[in-house]
Amino acid sequence: MPESCTYIARSSAIAARALAGEMMVMNSADSTFFTLNEVATAIFQAADGHTPLREIVRDRICPQFDVDPEQAQTDAEQFVAELSGHGILLVSNEPLSAETNRETSR
Amino acid sequence: MTGTPNVACVEIGGIPIALSTSDDGFLDLLRQRYGGFLSSSRPEFELEFDLTSSAPVSADDVRVYRETNNTNTDDEWIFERGDFRAHWDPRTGRGRVRQNSNPYSLDSVLRILHSLILAERGGFLLHAASAICDGRAFLFAGVSGAGKTTMTRLAPSEITLLTDEISYLRPSPKDGGYSAFGTPFAGELAKSGENCAAPVSALFFLEQGPENRIQELSSAGAVRRLMRNILFFAEDRVLVEKLFATAYDFVDTVPVRRLTFYPDTGVWDLVRKFDPNFEGNSGRDFERHFEGVPEHA
Repeated sequence: MPESCTYIARSSAIAARALAGEMMVMNSADSTFFTLNEVATAIFQAADGHTPLREIVRDRICPQFDVDPEQAQTDAEQFVAELSGHGILLVSNEPLSAETNRETSR
Repeated sequence: MTGTPNVACVEIGGIPIALSTSDDGFLDLLRQRYGGFLSSSRPEFELEFDLTSSAPVSADDVRVYRETNNTNTDDEWIFERGDFRAHWDPRTGRGRVRQNSNPYSLDSVLRILHSLILAERGGFLLHAASAICDGRAFLFAGVSGAGKTTMTRLAPSEITLLTDEISYLRPSPKDGGYSAFGTPFAGELAKSGENCAAPVSALFFLEQGPENRIQELSSAGAVRRLMRNILFFAEDRVLVEKLFATAYDFVDTVPVRRLTFYPDTGVWDLVRKFDPNFEGNSGRDFERHFEGVPEHA
């Protein structure tokens, strides 16, 4: 049985800005505000809806930040779950259009 | 007693808003509450109040959204909480509010309306105390308990209090900076600010500590703290993006520092002497971490 893929996309309800390597994100639906560190920012920026999360970790996170692949994958999944819970990222086991409206994924 | 609608024009931050009601008691209440901010200017906006005897002040979250979900930026705004519901049409500048006669509901409605108007004009409301000292406005921001009211209580008598709770900031085209205006929105001090304005000289994020000290903040740290203290309610991505742009511009324009203070009057000596052109670089704050700490504006 093939390994299932996780795809992530940024919600269209958010506004985001980067400054000095730090990404700041605000969800306009509830005014929640987040700041992301460099690793989280790299995942957030790569959340195009059609690149699997495992590929993002393998091709972007591990080489860029010199981290253990298994640990990076676990951390990335945790991060994605947290931002998904706040409506910042959308998660699916099928490709998504980037910046999808939060409601359309439910 | 009720009758023909009566109007009081309340001008906060240089933006006159006509408040009308047919309830004489409510009109008296708002004239008293906003006494220092009554104006004879021609109103830019109008709010008409319908009073209801039900709906006590609510602890529910406020919601501010456009009535339709399309991308038309001229759609009517709805502000609602358990104790009020308002419609406001940005095209006509007119709105209608249904609430009880509680002044806290009135304050909330006015703050929301001003936050929307300011967001379009490059300004914002900040959870901060502010005061004018030697012709310059200083802002003191922080979470509840950080010391905003303490700073205003420690202020020398010649200081003009703009607010101990909600600061009102607008860009100042004349000098390319920002101006702080007094507001009637009081906090623990239970005292309205003075109805005047001055150019902003600095924004300090307060922390209480064993000594009085001013430290630099990184730009990212300053924007992050600023965003967490801006009062913003609208469920609207375009306005949130404008707010980000404003916050970045503010941090670019106005010195933003961390002020650790021991609660004595000496802290005001430090504030008065503050000059961003003559300060050391020690204590620069390079905080970098992921913070999953949502804060409701």
